[in-house]
Amino acid sequence: MSKDNQVLEEITSKEYEHGWTVNLETDEAPKGLNEDIVRFISAKKGEPEWLLEWRLKAFRAWLRMTEPTWPNVHYPAINYQDIIYYSAPKQKKTANSLDEVDPELLKTFEKLGISLTEQKRLTGVAVDAVLDSVSVATTFKEKLAEMGIIFCSFSEAVKEHPELVKKYLGSVVPMNDNYFAALNSAVFSDGSFCYIPKGVRCPMELSTYFRINAANTGQFERTLIVADEGSYVSYLEGCTAPMRDENQLHAAVVELYALKDAEIKYSTVQNWYPGDKEGKGGIYNFVTKRGLCAGDHSKISWTQVETGSAITWKYPSCILKGDYSSGEFYSVAVTNNYQQADTGTKMVHIGKHTRSRIVSKGISAGKSQNSYRGQVHVLKRAAHARNFSQCDSLLMGDQCGAHTFPYIDIENPTAKVEHEATTSKIGEDQIFYCLQRGIDEEAAVALIVNGYAKEVLNQLPMEFAVEAQKLLALTLEGSVG
Amino acid sequence: MSVTSASPLSKDALVALPATATDAWTEQRAQARQALLKNGLPAARSEEYRFTPVLRSLEKKFSPRQLAGYSEGTSLPALDAHLIPGFDAYRLVFINGAFDATRSTDLSGIPGITIQPLFNDRPMLNLADVEADAFTALNTGFGTHGLAIEVAPGTRLAKPLLVWHGQKSDSPAAFHTRLQIKLGAASEATLVEKFDTEGSGDVFHTFVEEIEVGEQAKLQYCKIQNDAGQVTQIANTVIRQADSSRIDTFTFTFDGKLVRNNFQIVIDGENCESHFFGLYLVKGNTLVDNHTVVDHKKPNSFSNEMYKGVMDGQSKGVFNGKIFVRPHAQKTNAFQSNRNILLSDTATVNTKPQLEIWADDVKCSHGCTSGQLDEEAMFYLQSRGISKSAARAMLLYAFAGEVIQPLFDETLKHYIDQLVSQKLH
Repeated sequence: MSKDNQVLEEITSKEYEHGWTVNLETDEAPKGLNEDIVRFISAKKGEPEWLLEWRLKAFRAWLRMTEPTWPNVHYPAINYQDIIYYSAPKQKKTANSLDEVDPELLKTFEKLGISLTEQKRLTGVAVDAVLDSVSVATTFKEKLAEMGIIFCSFSEAVKEHPELVKKYLGSVVPMNDNYFAALNSAVFSDGSFCYIPKGVRCPMELSTYFRINAANTGQFERTLIVADEGSYVSYLEGCTAPMRDENQLHAAVVELYALKDAEIKYSTVQNWYPGDKEGKGGIYNFVTKRGLCAGDHSKISWTQVETGSAITWKYPSCILKGDYSSGEFYSVAVTNNYQQADTGTKMVHIGKHTRSRIVSKGISAGKSQNSYRGQVHVLKRAAHARNFSQCDSLLMGDQCGAHTFPYIDIENPTAKVEHEATTSKIGEDQIFYCLQRGIDEEAAVALIVNGYAKEVLNQLPMEFAVEAQKLLALTLEGSVG
Repeated sequence: MSVTSASPLSKDALVALPATATDAWTEQRAQARQALLKNGLPAARSEEYRFTPVLRSLEKKFSPRQLAGYSEGTSLPALDAHLIPGFDAYRLVFINGAFDATRSTDLSGIPGITIQPLFNDRPMLNLADVEADAFTALNTGFGTHGLAIEVAPGTRLAKPLLVWHGQKSDSPAAFHTRLQIKLGAASEATLVEKFDTEGSGDVFHTFVEEIEVGEQAKLQYCKIQNDAGQVTQIANTVIRQADSSRIDTFTFTFDGKLVRNNFQIVIDGENCESHFFGLYLVKGNTLVDNHTVVDHKKPNSFSNEMYKGVMDGQSKGVFNGKIFVRPHAQKTNAFQSNRNILLSDTATVNTKPQLEIWADDVKCSHGCTSGQLDEEAMFYLQSRGISKSAARAMLLYAFAGEVIQPLFDETLKHYIDQLVSQKLH
């Protein structure tokens, strides 16, 4: 036991590697939230009238709403007036190429291992980097534009492609969808926008990297991805934040819109600062992610590796509206120390012959609480819907908790729905087997955890799979239950 | 929310609940009444009654006064027609919510068992939490009839106990009955409960049952709910198990307008074994809601749960199965499965298997499914000259059989078998 404790100690004392800050000159809004702040943000971004109206409508809706209390997470009340809702690195004008970007900024992203300049040379991934509240750089834009693909920051999209933004903004997550989505709709500062035209298969992975840098700020970005008929896109999202003692709020909205025969693959490696081992500080990650399979035969797939955040509250969902459309959700959620995660998915079967698949793997260690909350809803007209869900939990240590709250609501008799869940710890026999073959305890645990999460990690694009595996190992290696 | 405040059974309206004339308020009952006034009846949006609109179903027919146990227009239901043929048991009869000693077996001469009336200043076991469920509060606060049964340590009852709840009313009537059972250490008992209703009136029945199973004691339990189509029944059952005890429980629901079973097992001892099975086979407008809780508080126990449902017509099946494994309840093995078959386009099922685990060295799993009869199996049978309806009945019978087969008594098994075949044809 003492050895286990020692090993656990080592792991828990491991520092968050992205905890540094950079001194960037920023342009900030005053603390607090009111209609003036909403107008301020909108004015800063030089937005058209309709968008300001939309924001204000969302803000008014938000005022009438109350913060949800049903998630299985506990935190002190958030003072929404104590947050800076807009923070942007000072820039003279919009950078047209990377050469014009503040070198300090580039260094920031280099530290994160996302060298924007290097990306230029490497083929494979186009990056939109979002620091605090605004998008600072988007790579590979021209190359993508040749194929008609629009990949830019949200504010740019509002200016360049207002018709697309107007058509799809809020079409999947309405501005008054829930408390945090309404808040985001009112104050969102930037994010990524992506449009794949008809029949185009995006040749590279598109990627957004989010970073909260400034103190006392919240990050409210918005991602909108539209895949037109017969197109395909794979999208990656990563995030980090510096170590700070106070909690910071991250309330993002991601909307995916897949038309007929289109496919969107959305992968997230979430590594926000989780707070220290006493549970102090860390990001509150309250995110609304939803995809709409609007057309027949469309497909949306969510893959997420959740290792960070003090509190995660997030349910990437699929609305399967088109006939024969399908939705997938693959998730690994790891919690350690005092982290709390309440995450899962929602699969709403509306169209006929719709299919969905849920694979959720939870790993809890330390004093953390890890919950899976999911819903499979088969509506009356969704004949021949098919769902398979699997949610497994792995417990390490006797002070953590694993919870599952699956809701299965079936209104059509032809639906075939299966759900299974298990909870267990790493078997002593498995460890013993490895030890016997000369694999030490730490490596054995890493091996077993990796194997346990493999089904999900396999879904990640290669660049991310490596990072995700490293992250898993970092949070958990050696912690034998 | 505004809808419920206007309801004739809203929290404000409940103040009009009358005090029962028959007994002085004990502290326990006063607390229950306060809890009811404080929490009100579960509103439509309440998580625990999300799919079970019990308030909506009650408020059309009942005033607060009627809810508290007003009954007029009741008459004697036909006891004999509802007995289980060939089932030899000690019989305890409740007629229209009141214990009927003349129709019950006189147990005074039987060694090792004592029976006393409840609600006469006698403290109740208090296993059922009046704060957790409004209908437990209603029952505790306004119940008038119940029995306290005690089985002495080491006693093995020669015959099963059959508790029959018979009701007949042609106008709206509410009944609140209660049972508490203490099984002494190393005792063994079999309890069969049967619910039948006749008459044309809307009947509301709350039933609270608290069972304490002592060390090394064994309980076999079977509940058969075959009420008529206008009955709303809320049953709250709590069973607490001490070290090395074993329970086998079965819940069969065949009819009723709205049946809600809150079934809670508290494993408060080590090395316990608990098996519980459920079958709901319904059609028409029946809504069956089984909310089960298995609460592992101590290490080294085993629980296994299997509930199956067949829904036809416009019926609704609701299942919520919670498994709690508390900190320190290490080496717990807990399994749960819920399987449903929908036979019609208008039947629905809402299921929520829920695991909440705070101990690491455990093995827990749950699974649930919903679907139709297997087309290939149907084809197989039909290709061998079996008619479609016979094939369907055969497959459903086999589906239900998994829950009937483990039943502990052959006569009972035969009886349930027959009920199931009747319902399937």
